[in-house]
Amino acid sequence: MTRLELRDVRKSFGALEVLAGVSLDVGAGEFVSILGPSGAGKSTLFQLLTGALKGEGSMRFDGAPLDDHGARFAFMPQRDALMPWRRVIDNATLGLEVQGLSRRAARQRVAPLFAGFGLAGFERAWPAELSGGMRQRAALLRTVVQQRDMLLLDEPFGALDALTRAAMQRWLETMWQGNRWTALLITHDVREAVLLSDRIYVLSARPARVVSEVAVPLPRPRTESAALAREAAAIEAGILDTLLGQPIPISRSSDGELK
Amino acid sequence: MAVSFDPMRGGIIPASDRLSEEGVGPSAIGESRGDIQSPPQGGRSAVTSALAKAVPAVLAFALLLTAWELYARLGGIAPTMLPAPSRVLQQAWENRAALAENALPTIRATLAGFACSLLAAFILSALVDFLAPLRRALLPLLIASQTLPLVAIAPLVVLWFGFGLLPKILLVALVTFFPMMVALVEGYAATEKEIAQMLAAMGAGRWRIFRLARLPSALPYFFAGLRISITYAVVGAIFAEYAGAAKGLGIYMLSAKNNFRPDLVLAAVAVSSVLTLALFGLAVLVQQIAMPWENARSGKAGREARSDPSAQDRP
Repeated sequence: MTRLELRDVRKSFGALEVLAGVSLDVGAGEFVSILGPSGAGKSTLFQLLTGALKGEGSMRFDGAPLDDHGARFAFMPQRDALMPWRRVIDNATLGLEVQGLSRRAARQRVAPLFAGFGLAGFERAWPAELSGGMRQRAALLRTVVQQRDMLLLDEPFGALDALTRAAMQRWLETMWQGNRWTALLITHDVREAVLLSDRIYVLSARPARVVSEVAVPLPRPRTESAALAREAAAIEAGILDTLLGQPIPISRSSDGELK
Repeated sequence: MAVSFDPMRGGIIPASDRLSEEGVGPSAIGESRGDIQSPPQGGRSAVTSALAKAVPAVLAFALLLTAWELYARLGGIAPTMLPAPSRVLQQAWENRAALAENALPTIRATLAGFACSLLAAFILSALVDFLAPLRRALLPLLIASQTLPLVAIAPLVVLWFGFGLLPKILLVALVTFFPMMVALVEGYAATEKEIAQMLAAMGAGRWRIFRLARLPSALPYFFAGLRISITYAVVGAIFAEYAGAAKGLGIYMLSAKNNFRPDLVLAAVAVSSVLTLALFGLAVLVQQIAMPWENARSGKAGREARSDPSAQDRP
């Protein structure tokens, strides 16, 4: 069942055209990625979804026009956006508090989830005391406890080192398998997209449009076998070809000098 | 969170007051597999290291006093010209009743003025944060208020408002308000963009975002401004009393000077310095109580290692 449905969504900032007609669908329980070069306008798309920006085109959720943005999406921004002045548990309850739950009730709802997110024992810690990976898990916890219809993940692992990122991607896949969240992930990491997604929309450089839609029919979990890794590598190579076939932001002029 | 003091332009924050760079931004908190992290534990003997750090300052101060003492005694200078520190101390003790009696109104004026200024800074900075036109209207006016020479303004304020407490409160507020106001306004602006966006996506309105994100984000800036302005507060009160008062350290200094008693002037100066230092210490203490996460941040490095509990059970 299709939950989110975007048709020809466009956005310009003055003369600068950022989104040139993006159409995509996300089904219930589906993990979909938006993959594109840096500066392609991926985050702008999320801002349209959360209602921070207004654009043109049709955005529908469960068949109805999307007007009550906040009630549909739980948004996880780039970087973790943890509040350094709140303890980890109070960061995790933030969304529930904004929804109007008392701090006590919100804590009661969030506390049992700490173990599953690898944060047991750190409820009363300050975010500054956590490692980068733990901060991301706390941020994801804060996102999923809001119990919205859909997760919007904006390059959640972009700021992590490569090893931690790989560990977090595996962890996220495991968590997703257990919970089947409907999720839309923004990334510019091809491997991350292939590892996590059911489908991938590949965006062009700005102004962004969908240049290809790639299904990833690999069984999960996707990190187990070497054969799977080969298939994944083939899909990755295909996507990279599509991306690099596009004009990329830093291009060379005809005489070979960097513009 | 990138609480960096770099945006505090104008250099009103001395370098030593800035947060240590380490562990400030999320990127600074690195992680590798099997990372070493542990929940909060009690800090080490922070007192001992603080004392050790104070040794050079204490030595320098003692050296200065000794040099002064020797110069005053051996240089053949009349005590009515330059009294030795020992004489200042002795006279301060002999006149302790008069000093205390005059310090009290100064303390009262300082605290009342500072409280007014603090309240005004919070209310005005919040208003200005919500209403951009008001900010554009008020900030130039506030900057202009800082160009007024206190020497000229103090007698006028006393002329307009009399010899009571009110002109002192006004003058203390005038000199202490600006650093806190600027610190708060810049602190609100330093709120991490992602946090504000996330709160908006959660459905939080402007007031909610202000209370949950902008106000706490401004705290480090506010305390930096507070530490600056609290050192002006006593001086402001003394200036106001100098221009005209029945009692107070300012008027005490003036009459001591007119009676050719530089030792008593200096004794009063010492009292005002001690007052300022005490207020400064109080501000630092309040900051530490109000921002416990800052301690967690600085205490992180030296703590006993314990591994990230989830690191082991990952494939």
